[in-house]
Amino acid sequence: MIRFENVTMVYDQKSRLGSENARPGLDDVTIEIDRGDFAFLVGASGSGKSTFLRLILREIVATGGSVHVAGQNVARISSWRVPKLRRGIGVVFQDFRLLPQKNVFENVAFAMQVVGESRSAIRDHVPEVLKLVGLEGKEKRQPDELSGGEQQRVAIARAIANKPQILLADEPTGNLDPATSVGIMNVLDRINQNGTTVIMATHDDGIVNSMRRRVVELSLGKIMRDEIAGEYTSMIPVINQDGTRELRQADHSTWHRPSTGNQAFAPFDTEDDMP
Amino acid sequence: MKLGFILGEVGSGLRRNLSMVVSVVLVTLISLTFVGTAALMQMQITQMKGYWYDKVQVAIYLCGEHNEGTNCAEGAVTEGERGEIKSMLGSAAVKPYVDNFEYESKEQALTHFREQFENSSMSETVTADQLPESFRVSLVDPEKYQIIKELFSSMDGVDVVVDQRELLEKIFSIINIASFVAIGIAGVMILCAVLLVGTTIRLSAYLRRRETGIMRLVGASKSSLQLPFVLEGVISALIGALLASGVLWAAVRFLIDDKLALDYKDTAFISTGEVFMVAPWLILLGVVLAGVSSLVTLRRYLKV
Repeated sequence: MIRFENVTMVYDQKSRLGSENARPGLDDVTIEIDRGDFAFLVGASGSGKSTFLRLILREIVATGGSVHVAGQNVARISSWRVPKLRRGIGVVFQDFRLLPQKNVFENVAFAMQVVGESRSAIRDHVPEVLKLVGLEGKEKRQPDELSGGEQQRVAIARAIANKPQILLADEPTGNLDPATSVGIMNVLDRINQNGTTVIMATHDDGIVNSMRRRVVELSLGKIMRDEIAGEYTSMIPVINQDGTRELRQADHSTWHRPSTGNQAFAPFDTEDDMP
Repeated sequence: MKLGFILGEVGSGLRRNLSMVVSVVLVTLISLTFVGTAALMQMQITQMKGYWYDKVQVAIYLCGEHNEGTNCAEGAVTEGERGEIKSMLGSAAVKPYVDNFEYESKEQALTHFREQFENSSMSETVTADQLPESFRVSLVDPEKYQIIKELFSSMDGVDVVVDQRELLEKIFSIINIASFVAIGIAGVMILCAVLLVGTTIRLSAYLRRRETGIMRLVGASKSSLQLPFVLEGVISALIGALLASGVLWAAVRFLIDDKLALDYKDTAFISTGEVFMVAPWLILLGVVLAGVSSLVTLRRYLKV
C-alpha cells in the first residue's frame, strides 16, 4: 500500500552543504506498510513523523529515493493528478480543523461536495459515516457545541467520507483526555477493520501500549524500530556484563545502535500481516 | 464539482469580503468608463471625418488685383493663366488625385459668401471684386492634399492653396488629446484595478484558508479550488464593467442625444448605438483582466 525506498527528505537543500545544522527530515528510510495495516508512528518531535505523512500526501516530494502509494510513485504523478491521489487518503489532525460555520452534517458533506458527489449520494452516505464514528443524531450541531472527542469524530467522519484506502492521523488524540482518546481509538480501529490502512503519528504511550499494533519509531529521520505488536517506549533491553537485563532509555542525542542484545530492531519487516 | 456548490462558495466569498469587492467594482467602473470614453471619442472623430470630408474641399484661390502673394506680382490672374491651371487640373499627373473640380467666379463667390453670412452686416458691404475667384477641388483621398498644394502653389496666377480640412483637424486634435488623456487615466486606473483584484483575491484566499486546506486534503481538483476565487474577481469586475457601460450610455443619451445633437444640428454625433458597440469590449476587457490577475495571484497564494 505504502512503500518507502531509501527515502531522504532534506529541507532547505541550498544550505545543506555549508551548514552543519541542516539535517534531513528523513534519512534513507525504507519501509513498507501493507494494505489493512494499523501502524503507529512514534518518536520525539522533529524525528520526521510529519515529514513521513506529508510525503505520503505528496505535500512535499522526497529529495532522494521514492515513495510509492497504492502502487504509484508519487513523485511521478503530475500535479493535476495529485488531487486524485489525495482522494484515496483521509487525514485527521490534532486540532480537528472543522469549519466553524458549518454544522456536523455539512462538515462531512463538504468533503464529498468538493470532489463532486451528487446531492443524493451525500444524503445517503453522510449519515452512514456519522453512524460509524458514533455521532448519530448530532447532524445539526455546530462544532462549537461539541466536545473535543465529538469534534474529532466529525473530523474522522470527514476524512473517511470519500472512502479512502488510507487514513493518516497526526496525533489525533493529542488534545483529548485519556477516556475520550480510547473512544477515538475504537473508531479508528473500526475503520481499520473495514479494510482501511491506518497510519497514526502519536505521543500517546498508553494508547500504543494497549493497542499492541505495529510500531514504527523514528529518530532524527531514521527508523529506530519497527515492531509488529510493539509498545511506545523506545527503551532498549540491554544485557549487562553479569547477565542481568534492564531497560535503558535511549538517549537520542548520543544514540548509537547497540551492537548486540537488541532484538527489537527490525527495520525490514517481512511478516505477513494482512488482515 | 457541482456548479451549485461552486456558486455557493463564490457567494460566501463575496459576502465575507464585501468592502474589497465594492472597491474592485468601483475601480473597475472608473477605469472602464475612461477606456470607453476614449473609444467613443475616437468613434466621434471617425463619424465627423466621414461627414465632413465629403463636403470640404481644397480651394485654389487665384490672384486678384491687389493680392500680394509671390505669384501675384503681375496683378490679377490672366485668362491664359486660368486656362493653364484648369488644364493642369485635368492633366494625367493630377487626375488620379482629383475627384472633381469646379471654377468659382467672383460672382459665385459673392453668392456663397452671402449665403454663409446671411445674418451678418458684412454681407451687405462686400462686393464681388473683393472676393477671389477660385477652383474648388474635391480630392479622391483628402490625405493627399500636400501633392495638390505643391503642384499648384508655384503656378503663376495662384494666390494660395487652402485645405479646408485643416480647420477640422484642429477640432480633431483637441478630441485626440482628450482621448489620450482618457487613455492615460484609464491605464493608471486599470493598473489599480488589476492590483486591487489581486489583493482582494489574496485576502479572500487568506480568509478561506481553512476551507481550501481541507479541500486540498480531500482531493479537490485544482480547478475546483481556484474557480471560486477567480469567479469572485471576475464577477466583481463584471459588475464594474456593466456599471461603466451604463454610465457611458447615460452620458451619451443625456449629454449628446438630448443636448449637443439638438444644439448643433449640422454636426454628426455618435449615439447610444456606438455605446452598444463599445460595451461588449469593455466587459470582455474587465473580465479578462480580473481573471488573469486572480489566476496569477492564486498561483502564488493558493498551492494545490
